[in-house]
Amino acid sequence: MYQKTEILSRLRQDIASLQGYRAAPSAVPDNLGLGPINRSMPNAAFPFKSVHEFICPGAASMATSSGFISGLLSSAIKKGGICLWVGSRRRLFPPALKLFGINPHQIFFIHLSNAKQVLWAIEEALKCTVLTAVVGEIQHLDFTSSRRLQLAVEKSGVACFLLRTGNANTTTASVTRWQVTPLPSIPEAGMPGVGHPRWRAELLKVRNGKPGTWELEWRNGRFRHPSKLAVINGAVQKKAV
Amino acid sequence: MGRRFVSIWFPHLATDWFALLQPQLRQQPFVLKSVVHGRMVVAAANLLAQQKGVHAGMLLADARAIFPGLEVLDEKPNLAGQLLQRAAEWCVRFTPVASPDPPAGVLLDATGCAHLWGGEDAYLAAITNRLAARGYTARVAMAGTLGTAWALARFGKANMIMQNGAEAAALKTLPAAALRLDAATIDRLTKLGLRQVGDFIAMPHATLRRRFGLQIIQRLQQALGTEQESIQPVYPPEPFQERLPTIEPIRTRGGIEVALHNLLAPLCNRLRKEGKGLRAAYFRCYRTDSQTRGIEITTSRPAHNEAHLFYLFSLKLETLEPGEGIELFVLEATKTEVETPLQESIWEAGMGVNDPQLAELFDRITTRLGADVISRYLPAEHYWPERSFKQAPLFAAAPDAVWKTDKPRPLQLLSPPEPVEVAAPIPDYPPMLFRHKGRLHKIVKADGPERIEQEWWIQEGEHRDYYCVEDEEGCRYWLFRLGHYTADRSHQWFLHGYFA
Repeated sequence: MYQKTEILSRLRQDIASLQGYRAAPSAVPDNLGLGPINRSMPNAAFPFKSVHEFICPGAASMATSSGFISGLLSSAIKKGGICLWVGSRRRLFPPALKLFGINPHQIFFIHLSNAKQVLWAIEEALKCTVLTAVVGEIQHLDFTSSRRLQLAVEKSGVACFLLRTGNANTTTASVTRWQVTPLPSIPEAGMPGVGHPRWRAELLKVRNGKPGTWELEWRNGRFRHPSKLAVINGAVQKKAV
Repeated sequence: MGRRFVSIWFPHLATDWFALLQPQLRQQPFVLKSVVHGRMVVAAANLLAQQKGVHAGMLLADARAIFPGLEVLDEKPNLAGQLLQRAAEWCVRFTPVASPDPPAGVLLDATGCAHLWGGEDAYLAAITNRLAARGYTARVAMAGTLGTAWALARFGKANMIMQNGAEAAALKTLPAAALRLDAATIDRLTKLGLRQVGDFIAMPHATLRRRFGLQIIQRLQQALGTEQESIQPVYPPEPFQERLPTIEPIRTRGGIEVALHNLLAPLCNRLRKEGKGLRAAYFRCYRTDSQTRGIEITTSRPAHNEAHLFYLFSLKLETLEPGEGIELFVLEATKTEVETPLQESIWEAGMGVNDPQLAELFDRITTRLGADVISRYLPAEHYWPERSFKQAPLFAAAPDAVWKTDKPRPLQLLSPPEPVEVAAPIPDYPPMLFRHKGRLHKIVKADGPERIEQEWWIQEGEHRDYYCVEDEEGCRYWLFRLGHYTADRSHQWFLHGYFA
C-alpha cells in the first residue's frame, strides 16, 4: 500500500513535469502569503511561474482581480523585480498600486488599442527573462494563443497574469483560472465606514491541483485568511467528488 | 596619397531639364527667357541655339533677329539650385563627399574612390556615361585641387585627368576666367592683355594683389594647391557610417538582409571598440532610378548588439520599396552615445532595470507598435487625482516625491468620471443609493467626505467631495459630488473609480 502511494506521487510528478510545470526551486517559496490556498496547489506551492487567468466580467471585478494580482506581485518583486502591465484601456490608477505594496514606478505600462497588439506584446515580454511578471488585460483568449503564452512562460520563467474581460467559457492552456469577486468588508470593531478590501477568490481550475473557494482580506500589506470558509468549501467539494 | 577632386560642369543644365520634360525640344533650338529690369533676356540657350549664335545674356529681341524660328520658354526660378542639389545627392554613389557648386556644377572629393571603378579613367567615364544616360550633358575633370579640376572641366578637353603637381603647367594655357574670378577682375585682366593664366601666374604676388585685389592670389593658390580648400558635403559625413555598393541592383528582401548584415557587423564592431552605442540609425538605399529610400530605427539605450539591431530593422523592412533595384546601401548611426559598460553580475538577478535585455524588449515593442506606447509613472505632488502621477522617462532615476498612501484610492479610475443619479437625504452625507448605467446600487457602508480642491493656478472649477462607498454586494466605489451642496440647485454626482 505504502509503495503504491509512493509510485502514484512519483507518477504525478512525472506527469506534471511533462505538462510543463516545474517544481519551483527555492526562488519562489511560500512568501506570497497565500496560506491555506497553497494546499490546493500542485506540490503545495503556488505555481507562480506560469499563466494565470482571471475572469473579470465587470469593472468591479477587474479592480478586485487587479488588487489580488498586485498583492501576489508585491511579495514577488520586493527585491527589485520588474513588471510589465499591458492593457488596452487606461483604467489602472498607478498611485493606488502603492496601497498593495507595489512601487508604481517599478512597473512599466504599455497602452495599446488593438487586441492583437496586446497579445503580441505580452508574448514578446514573456520571452524576456529579466522581467518578473507580465500582467495583461485582454478580452478574448483562444487555446492557441494561451498555449503560446504558456510555452513562452515555461521557457523564460516569467509569470503571466491575464485579466480576461470577455467570454469565460473557452478552453485555454493556462495553469490556473480564478475569479475574484468583492465581498462586503468588515470594519474594525466599533468603527464606522468601509473596512479593508475583502474578496472571494474562486479557483475555478488548476492543473494538478484541487479547485476551491477562499475568503481573503488585504490588510497591512499582506493577505489575511479570516474565515473557515475554505474548510467548509473543501468539505463540500469532497462530497461532490 | 594626394587628394583628388572631380569637378562636373553642366553646360546646358536648365535646357537639358526642359528637354527631358518635352523630348521634342531636343531637335530644335530653344531658349529660356527671363525678365531683367523690364527687358526680356535670354537666360539659357540649348546647344542648337548656341550653334546658331544665340547665347545667354542676350536680349530676346536680338536672339529672335538672329534666328526667327526660335522657341522661347519661360525660365523656372531656382531650378538650377534644386537640380544641383539633387545631382549632388545622386553623386553620393561615387563618393561620400559631394557638394553642389552653383551656378552649374558639382564638386566631388574623390580621394581614394577611383580604384573602386578600376582607375580614374573608368571613374570619370562612369560619371559622364551615367549622366548622359539620364539626359544631361556634362564635362568632367579630375585634378589634385578643386581649382584646377574646376578650370579643366570648363576650359580643358573632355574627361581630363591631371596628376598632382602638374597644376601650374595645366593652368598656363587656360583663359583667366578659369580661375573662378569675378567678372570685374577678368575684365581688367583682359584690358591689360593678361588673357591666359600663364601670362600672370609667375608675377610677384604683391604686384597682383595691388592691382587686382586679394581674390586673385587666393584663387591662384587654391588652384595650385598651396592653399587648402574643402567642400561642404551635401550629406554631412556621419562619423559612424558604412557603405556597401552592389555589383547588380538588388530587389529582393533576402538580398537587402544580406546587405544589412554586412553593414551592421563592421559598424557594431567599431562602436564596441570605441565604447559607444547607437541610439538612432538610418539605413539609406540608393535606387537605380536615382531616388533614395530609407528606414530609421531608434533604441531606448545605447546599443551595439548586431542581432538586436538587425531585428529592429527587419520589423520595418517591408516598408522599403526597392523599385527597380538598389545599387548602394549606406548605414549610418545618426545618434550615438557613450555606453557605460555594466559590470555583469555573477548572480542572475542583479541588473534589474539596467539589463540590456529589457532595453531590447522595449526597442522591439516601440519599433513595431509606436514610440509612445510604453510609459512609466512617477508621483506628482498634486492632490487632484488625475494629476497625482506623471509620465516619466523609461530609465530615469528614482522618484523625487513619495507615493501617498494615507488616503484610499481606487485601483480602476474612470476617465472622465461618469455621472450617476443619487439619492442623498442629508446635505454633506454620503448618498443612500445611486444609479449607474441603469443599475441601482444600495449603499451600505460609506466613508467620507474627502474634499479635493481644484488647483486654481492650473485649472478653474469646482471642488470635489469624495466618498468611498460599498454597496450590498460588497463592491466598493469612489463617488464625488461637484461643488457645494446648496438647496436651490441640483448638483451633479459622479462615479470616479472602483476599489479593489
